[in-house]
Amino acid sequence: MSAVDRPAGPDGTSRRPPGRKKAGSTPRKKRSAERLARGQRDISVSEFFVKNRHLLGFDSPARALLTTVKEAVDNALDACEEAGILPTLLVEIEQRSEDRYVVALQDNGPGIVVGQVPKIFGKLLYGSKFHALKQSRGQQGIGISAAGMYGQITTGKPVRITSRTKPEHPAHYLEVIINTKKNAPEVIRDTEVDWEEPHGTRVEIELQGNYKSGKHSVDEYLEQTALANPHAEIFYYPPKGRKDVVYPRLTDELPAEPARIKPHPYGVELGILMKMLKDSKARHITTALREDFSRVTPKVADEICKVAGLSPKARPTTIANREAESLFKAIQKVKIRNPSTDCIVPIGEELIRKGLEREIENASFYSVRTRPPRVYRGNPFQVEVGLAYGGQLTGLLDHGDITDGGAWVGGVRLNPTKKVEMALTAISGITRKKAVALLLKAGIDRATKTGMLTPHQVGLLRDVLDAEVRSETATRSIQLVRLANRVPLQYQQSACAIHKAVCEVNWRRYQVSQPRGGLPQGPLVLVVHIASVWVPFTSESKEAIAHYSEIIDEIKRCVMDCGRELGSYLSRRKRHKAQAERRSKFDLYCGELVEALHDLTGRRRAELKKILDSAADHYAEVSDEV
Amino acid sequence: MATKRELAALRKHKSQQTLRKLTDLAEKVVAQAQRLENPSVEIPVRALSNVRFNKKKQIIEMGDRTQSRTLFNVNMAKRFAQTFLVAKACKELLDAGKTTSIRDLYYMTKHTIGRTSENTFDDQAESDPIIEDLEVAVDTLREELHLFASNRGSMVGELTLVDAGDTIDARRQGSGGWAVPSIVEDEVIQFKKCDAKFVLLVEKDAVWRRLNEDKFWRKHKCILIQSQGQPARGVRRLVRRMTDELNLPLYVLVDNDPWGLYIYSVIKQGSINLAYESVRMAVPKARFLGLSSYDRERYDLPDDSTIMLNSKDVSRAKQMMKYPWFAERKWQRELKKMLDSKVKLEIEALSRKGITFISEEYLPRKIEERDWLV
Repeated sequence: MSAVDRPAGPDGTSRRPPGRKKAGSTPRKKRSAERLARGQRDISVSEFFVKNRHLLGFDSPARALLTTVKEAVDNALDACEEAGILPTLLVEIEQRSEDRYVVALQDNGPGIVVGQVPKIFGKLLYGSKFHALKQSRGQQGIGISAAGMYGQITTGKPVRITSRTKPEHPAHYLEVIINTKKNAPEVIRDTEVDWEEPHGTRVEIELQGNYKSGKHSVDEYLEQTALANPHAEIFYYPPKGRKDVVYPRLTDELPAEPARIKPHPYGVELGILMKMLKDSKARHITTALREDFSRVTPKVADEICKVAGLSPKARPTTIANREAESLFKAIQKVKIRNPSTDCIVPIGEELIRKGLEREIENASFYSVRTRPPRVYRGNPFQVEVGLAYGGQLTGLLDHGDITDGGAWVGGVRLNPTKKVEMALTAISGITRKKAVALLLKAGIDRATKTGMLTPHQVGLLRDVLDAEVRSETATRSIQLVRLANRVPLQYQQSACAIHKAVCEVNWRRYQVSQPRGGLPQGPLVLVVHIASVWVPFTSESKEAIAHYSEIIDEIKRCVMDCGRELGSYLSRRKRHKAQAERRSKFDLYCGELVEALHDLTGRRRAELKKILDSAADHYAEVSDEV
Repeated sequence: MATKRELAALRKHKSQQTLRKLTDLAEKVVAQAQRLENPSVEIPVRALSNVRFNKKKQIIEMGDRTQSRTLFNVNMAKRFAQTFLVAKACKELLDAGKTTSIRDLYYMTKHTIGRTSENTFDDQAESDPIIEDLEVAVDTLREELHLFASNRGSMVGELTLVDAGDTIDARRQGSGGWAVPSIVEDEVIQFKKCDAKFVLLVEKDAVWRRLNEDKFWRKHKCILIQSQGQPARGVRRLVRRMTDELNLPLYVLVDNDPWGLYIYSVIKQGSINLAYESVRMAVPKARFLGLSSYDRERYDLPDDSTIMLNSKDVSRAKQMMKYPWFAERKWQRELKKMLDSKVKLEIEALSRKGITFISEEYLPRKIEERDWLV
């Protein structure tokens, strides 16, 4: 490896490759991505990579691990869906040394033809979806090969691929490295191997990383991916010391394949418009408008030309800059029908609910809502919201069995050789200080070897942990799960339109506490999914959705639909609680009264009880003030 | 005088009337519940806002304002049930022909409710007002419910009486005197031979002992009663009966402070809380003998025998000046003088003039000079 290939420290600078302009509004990003794609071949790919690792999601070892899994999973899901196969994914993370991990991702997809393997896994920016206006997971071809390159830079190890396309064909095992100077893949090994899978692909990347749990973790990402892809089945084998997780398939139906649509004139920016005119094969401008855009009828095309002061017969390719600009302005002035919205495939209310019910068993309330599709700037999009409240969310960690190997507490196997105060810190959110405080509360000597804890002590420990979590959730911000085209968004939450919309909703109206202008608080999980042919991200790392008012308003409406249901559930619960309290109080004193009235009137106790009971029923429901 | 049999018959009749009132109250509750109405008990309000001073009769009377105590109201359910627990206990007493103390009744009705840790009554302070509520709600008297308070007050003097069949000679009661029972109705107490010319009620036990030791009552032919502060019902009812039936004037000797004056006021025209009892307890003609705010000057008492009024005394005096039954000029003057001089005077202060000053000088002179207020 040359010096350049070695990973530099955190990049920090925001230098961009030549030819890239600062990303402003969305469609321009598209242009810059194209230029990037074309221009990038001339410079050292690894230099580009090192300088832009933060944009690509490799800026820290922990994030690098997550990004690698993410790219591999996205790839696998896309491959399966395109082939019409219900995805079954195996995600394995194995720790090799302190900071070295092997990520293995295996799918049951169509497999890859041997000749294509190096290109897919060893070449940056291969394969292009730039022109497709179609709801897709939307990677820009930078993903899996970038992960492979990151692995190669940090560990020197090749990407290892096993793939088989048909049961009757042999499986191939390949090791691919990227020649960073040429941005070209080199296959350093290619053998036929025995493989039990009839078809599918397995990718293994060794990389420098850091596994952690909690926020921004692989665990969280896979959980949310399972939620967003109820048709997928995911087996997750985390590093040693964590429990294996299986996400079963919730539906045997693949989501409908989203239709490709032509761009709508409203959603096209000037630069794109000029490029499209230049590339057009039509002879007349009106024809070009009609053929390359959706919803442009001959009448609309004529009107656009008229408003722009252009001849309908003008040649698209010869329209100069200034004319293109007046054409662009004319488009905004002419009324054009919204694009068809059947190109959007939502997850659907039923499956979001099922996913939530699986992820958050025993919540006390669920609400889901899929709004009808809408359009922003000519781009159809659709918002869905799922909400789970209370029950399990109010606390209670996931505990496992106590075995010879140790005890599972809070989803973690406590290391039996460590002191309990240290072992507890393996649970996310538990610091050493907190662990000491909790042990004091449980009445357990903090220096006890974890292996020496009695089952009773483990029980006490679980109780104090649960109580801790319970009290903490009441004042903790809700868990917001952001999904864009079935991909969970992990970072930059507060920069995201979804976050902004959720904060702008007045949650107190729904009996949920909320600090001014912030996320609501309490035992609540809120899932927001935006499906669109073009999700406007704020940057290439695709972690936050841009603040378009149409999108924010629609998210708010959808969140409020669910919020209203939650509010009426909570006030109903409050009312019932008050009613039950009132009733039990009445019962208490009616019992005394029955005795007294029995003595005073000589009537039978049962008779008096019946009379008072029915009156109590009546009055428990009406308020005291009446 | 009624015979024993007649008295027994009277008692039985009275208790049956009371029983009837209690069962009627209970039946009303059952009927209301059956109609899905919120069972309620109307309780006359026992507060300053619901009493009026009857100038003609010179007594404090209860107004018409009542408060509904309803069962199906979380704030009232407990007190509603408590009211009937007391009613139930009273019925037991009436059925058995027994009387008991209100402390005893507290224990009769006190138990934990259901499987909770809640008590029907936490302390006697909780059950006592409920008893008063029941009294006014069914328009009956505590004695008629066969309840009494602990005895308070004692008596000596020129009178022979019968207490529950036993003849008591109040002239031969030693240094302690005859303890005035809580119930002094005519079926319990009958007056026999009376040689007294007046009744003297003193607020304080110590002063009463001095007068008894000096045999003041023998010398001046009177009946001497002490109330130990605010007089209990028994004492009030007894002095009322003595003024009515024996036709004796009643003199009252209290401390010269707002509390002393108010003791006199209660004897004279009744109290706010027991306004419904005024009719048979108040003695409008009771004479306020002292100590008056003017006595210090008139009897030349040394300045250092006084005590400074504290802030509570001052505010109580000011409050009393606003009561209609203190509206007369003479009472306003008394209170004003007290406030102006900023001091109060206890009866014992008279001892500064000599240990028998009170019995040999002060009282005889007061009565002789008719130096009292009514």
